[in-house]
Amino acid sequence: MIQIVYFARVRETLGMDGELFAAERGTKIAELIDQLAGQSERHAAAFSDRSKLRFALDHTMVHADAVLNGAIELAIFPPVTGG
Amino acid sequence: MIEVRVQAEHLDSPALLAALELAGVGAIASFTGLVRSDGTVTAIELEHYPAMTQTSLRAVATEAQSRWNLSGAVIVHRVGKMAVGEPIVFVAAASAHRAEALAACAFLIDRLKTDAPFWKKEYRGEHADWVEAKASDDARASVWD
Repeated sequence: MIQIVYFARVRETLGMDGELFAAERGTKIAELIDQLAGQSERHAAAFSDRSKLRFALDHTMVHADAVLNGAIELAIFPPVTGG
Repeated sequence: MIEVRVQAEHLDSPALLAALELAGVGAIASFTGLVRSDGTVTAIELEHYPAMTQTSLRAVATEAQSRWNLSGAVIVHRVGKMAVGEPIVFVAAASAHRAEALAACAFLIDRLKTDAPFWKKEYRGEHADWVEAKASDDARASVWD
């Protein structure tokens, strides 16, 4: 199981802060997003534009081709806009 | 000296600068970002990823210290709701010479904009919209790659 956390527009579209999800160790983030997108209409809406999604695996920014590899927490969020 | 902070409270940039001046190093460069209004924005709200924010800001400050000879690097970022004109972010770099302080200061804010997990929402009265990331921010940050 991996803890998924959501932020900003992704969190609002989904209507939740996060969820636990069963995923294989060798799964790439892009593949996990495909699985998540099929969970509900809200998921499909939140993940419809993949170009607007960014990821952090155990608090380190990674690309969609990164493999979960036993990570504890995956964060999914829009491009950052701080500063 | 590296100081990195995330806070909801008002940001006191004069006090932060005074603390750096006490170290007496020769040159301090700082940048303060304020809530901008296009005439219709009434407030903004900053969301962040608490488990990651501190670590990512520290990584930016640490990298600045490894690139330039700095005696201090400070990053303070606010979260929560703030009004037009209020400071959102303060970064500063202290060094013996101005060139290093200025370059490091630019690096701190450019990298923070692309590497730190913050998201801005703009309020226009009751209506709120997430701010879209700018390609120009990525371009500015990549200057330092």
